Amino acid sequence: MSQQAVNGVPCRGKVLTVENMNPNVKRVEYAVRGPIVQRAVQIEKELREGVKKPFTEVIKANIGDAQAMGQRPITFFRQVLALCSYPELLEDNKFPEDAKQRARRILDACGGHSIGAYSASQGIECIRQDVACYIERRDGGIPSNPDNIYLSTGASDAIVTILKLLVCGEGRDRTGVMISIPQYPLYSAALADLAAVQINYYLDEDNCWSLNVAELKRALNEAKQHCKPRVLCIINPGNPTGQVQSRQCIEDVIRFAKEEHLFLMADEVYQDNVYAEGCKFHSFKKVLFEMGPEYSSTVEMASFHSTSKCYMGECGFRGGYMEVINMDPEVKAQLTKLVSVRLCPPVPGQALLDLVVNPPQPDEPSYTSFMKERTAVLAALAEKARLTEEIFNTVPGITCNPVQGAMYTFPRITLPPKAIDKAKAEGKVPDMFYCMKLLEEEGICLVPGSGFGQKDGTFHFRFASLVMLILQKYSHSLNFSPFCLITTNFSAFHGFFFLFFCFTS
Amino acid sequence: MKLPSSMNHGTALLWKRRALSSLSTTRRGLPKPKMSDNGTTSRGKVLTIDNMNPTVKKVEYAVRGPIVQRAVELEKELSEGMKKPFAEVIKANIGDAQAMGQQPITFFRQVLALCSYPELLSDSMFPEDAKSRACRILNSCGGNSMGAYSASQGIDSVRQDVARFIERRDGGVPCDPDNVYLTTGASDGIVTMLKLLVCGEGATRTGVMISIPQYPLYSAALAELGAVQINYYLNEEKCWSLDIGELQRSLDEARLHCNPRALCIINPGNPTGQVQSRECIEDVIRFAAKERLFLMADEVYQDNVYAEGCQFHSFKKVLFEMGPEYSETVELASFHSTSKCYMGECGFRGGYMEIINMDNDVKDQLTKLLSVRLCSPVPGQALMDLVVNPPQPGEPSYERFIKERTATLSALAEKARLTEQVLNTVEGIRCNPVQGAMYSFPRITIPEKAIQEAKKLGQQPDMFYCMKMLEETGICLVPGSGFGQREGTYHFRMTILPPTDKLKILLNNVKEFHQRFTQQYS
Repeated sequence: MSQQAVNGVPCRGKVLTVENMNPNVKRVEYAVRGPIVQRAVQIEKELREGVKKPFTEVIKANIGDAQAMGQRPITFFRQVLALCSYPELLEDNKFPEDAKQRARRILDACGGHSIGAYSASQGIECIRQDVACYIERRDGGIPSNPDNIYLSTGASDAIVTILKLLVCGEGRDRTGVMISIPQYPLYSAALADLAAVQINYYLDEDNCWSLNVAELKRALNEAKQHCKPRVLCIINPGNPTGQVQSRQCIEDVIRFAKEEHLFLMADEVYQDNVYAEGCKFHSFKKVLFEMGPEYSSTVEMASFHSTSKCYMGECGFRGGYMEVINMDPEVKAQLTKLVSVRLCPPVPGQALLDLVVNPPQPDEPSYTSFMKERTAVLAALAEKARLTEEIFNTVPGITCNPVQGAMYTFPRITLPPKAIDKAKAEGKVPDMFYCMKLLEEEGICLVPGSGFGQKDGTFHFRFASLVMLILQKYSHSLNFSPFCLITTNFSAFHGFFFLFFCFTS
Repeated sequence: MKLPSSMNHGTALLWKRRALSSLSTTRRGLPKPKMSDNGTTSRGKVLTIDNMNPTVKKVEYAVRGPIVQRAVELEKELSEGMKKPFAEVIKANIGDAQAMGQQPITFFRQVLALCSYPELLSDSMFPEDAKSRACRILNSCGGNSMGAYSASQGIDSVRQDVARFIERRDGGVPCDPDNVYLTTGASDGIVTMLKLLVCGEGATRTGVMISIPQYPLYSAALAELGAVQINYYLNEEKCWSLDIGELQRSLDEARLHCNPRALCIINPGNPTGQVQSRECIEDVIRFAAKERLFLMADEVYQDNVYAEGCQFHSFKKVLFEMGPEYSETVELASFHSTSKCYMGECGFRGGYMEIINMDNDVKDQLTKLLSVRLCSPVPGQALMDLVVNPPQPGEPSYERFIKERTATLSALAEKARLTEQVLNTVEGIRCNPVQGAMYSFPRITIPEKAIQEAKKLGQQPDMFYCMKMLEETGICLVPGSGFGQREGTYHFRMTILPPTDKLKILLNNVKEFHQRFTQQYS
């Protein structure tokens, strides 16, 4: 770098430019908050400033943000958080005893009895114990050791941390990580940031986005030519694809991981979001242990959960945990050291997680209202999932797999060749072009399938079915069923889009 | 890698030799053979200490290192009824005010309770100003709930409040909310900025200048990012002041083997407690401009200034007062958090950074990078809002707020003075004035015999000292080696946070321990 000076005034560029910044960061992409969402925010601003649009409000169906979509938080959780924030309220008789008891227990476990103190880096001990008990209950008594539990800042934090531990080597020895396509782009973003090799295995759209071990094998064998595959990531229930893995499939995956000597990462943040009849959530941990000691004492695994999804939808608190199984003790010590640098996960999020894993019990005063709220949210989500699938499948040119779980549909869209050409001419990926048009014309904000990955030549978008809550809200005032609203908008848009690009030149 | 079965003995030997020579050059070595006995694979773990991320292994963070782990064990042993020469472990290792009994600001916690459970907005026990703050925060949350994700850069209205706070603090120097990013504590902001800056390989690898002693977040982040750490030494004889000659020396040396691109300053200093003069800040800015360095100003202790004649000057303010030649060119990121000052709300992980003169394309990259982690915790954002927009004169909570704030800050000032005074009465301990922040970093004389003893155990002498102090007195400190120090000198970091009565006892115990230790090893 030359430091030229003209007339004593240095004429130099910035110290930090896009050319000389961290090249890994440049490769990071995160479509869930990408250009479409940025444009949506701009449009919202324009609407507020009175710019005329063919719609009055932007509907953000890009992200699984339940409370932003009008879902109410669980009363009990928020009562306890208020008590923890301002313990003077413990004297207030309008709070139920079980809420007060939970708050006291959390505060007693905090330094100086305050959620304003740092916690241990791994998380508050009594909360880790509660998490372990929760996992044991969930998994039919399979033991969970609180020492294997790490509280985290949402699940994302923990996923990135485990990936970070696993990355090493250069060139052909560089760590490869197997992720599903379509995937949740946190994975591809983290791998880009860590300069690890992304190994794509494709989910089978024709079989309801199921996972096929032969495909895992194909992807692995190809990858072995140019990197060192060490990790297999699974999202179950699936994001963005909404499939729920069968017990059989999980067993196959575990066998595959053992055979191929892979570290398993199971992203299970949607574990309560299972809607389809005949589908059930099976945790990787449970299946692993039911397969006997040959597997349960050897296969290395980390599983992840958070407070952001399920019936809670408390995204803003950034609560989460991971459980590590069969991790080498020395590596575990390194993990503990690594998380200590960021001091601790946010304590309000830890407190919230404690409530999620230790909710009101049948003999406690808040039990009835808790169950009522929880059931209502889950039933509403199941209804939205069903409705969304049904609606999309009525639109010609859109086909949609059943939404068995999670919070999204990922329908396939048919795009006319001319639209594809037009998109390419504008330097856009065709489904990005489609979604941008949908946003500009209908005010509906979706994430294009290309942000998650898809088989070449297919196009999709991810639609957060949560948004149906908001549509329902409109429908009351408009005396208009949400079904009609969205069908009309989508059909009209999609039909017009199709015709326009078929018959214009 | 398996040997082909057809290979004869000679080729096998040749192969082996070749493999061994490649092992010695790469040190990465051979993949472990996958031996099969009776069909069962006898393999080690997928992830071991030998094949994990090597940069993670290099990370060290003494503030929560072995001493603290031992302290936690001791606490457990005490609670199980084990006999110790002390009744409780006093953790003076970390700036965790509320864990040491500091009370949170009532107004802040009222608003947070209201935001957590908005039904309380109809409760008459809460003052009107707390309610109006809560409503304002909730109205800028998605679905009027703290449970919704915020924008990745942080809630708009909170960033606006931060910008106004910075303008007030800096005597009207303008601040654009678009340059403010809310973070998960200051640490998150610092690591993110460092990450952006790191590139190149070998002699072009990014070098980052950090003070010695330093707060080990910096060395830890640099190790993890594989960046080159460039040490510049603070001058202990001159109250840990920063000297431009020393900056120049360390920079010139570093230029031989890396590409120095950033200069990190902690003011008020951690662990050293010095407060930089305006003059010194100007010099640093001139140096950064001349040497083309990105400035990172860690200003999380900005309200913690105790010494007479000392005042906090923000880098931003000084930069803008130096005129457009500097204010339009020098790239700066400054950091603040909710964890220190009079708030001490560490658990909420609230913080912000302001970036100045950052290239627009880089800023887009920064925003994108932050979007991957979705958003910083919303309760921490809400708290940050209250810190930058506290009760105003005329509002019902004003008096109580000021009273609480003043009480905390004056208690800290008193404890800073007390710590320096008592430690300086001990022969073999010499302590600079604690001008600011929350720590003393006294120099200790360790007898030669003790140094030898430590070396035998493979420990740093001050680690040996601190470990012994912990076992004998229950006082948990961080050895100076965890922060870096001039070779042959030894220190420890001790927080000034314990309540005054306890601090007096603690200081006395330190004194007695030091005398005992010195006697034992002389």
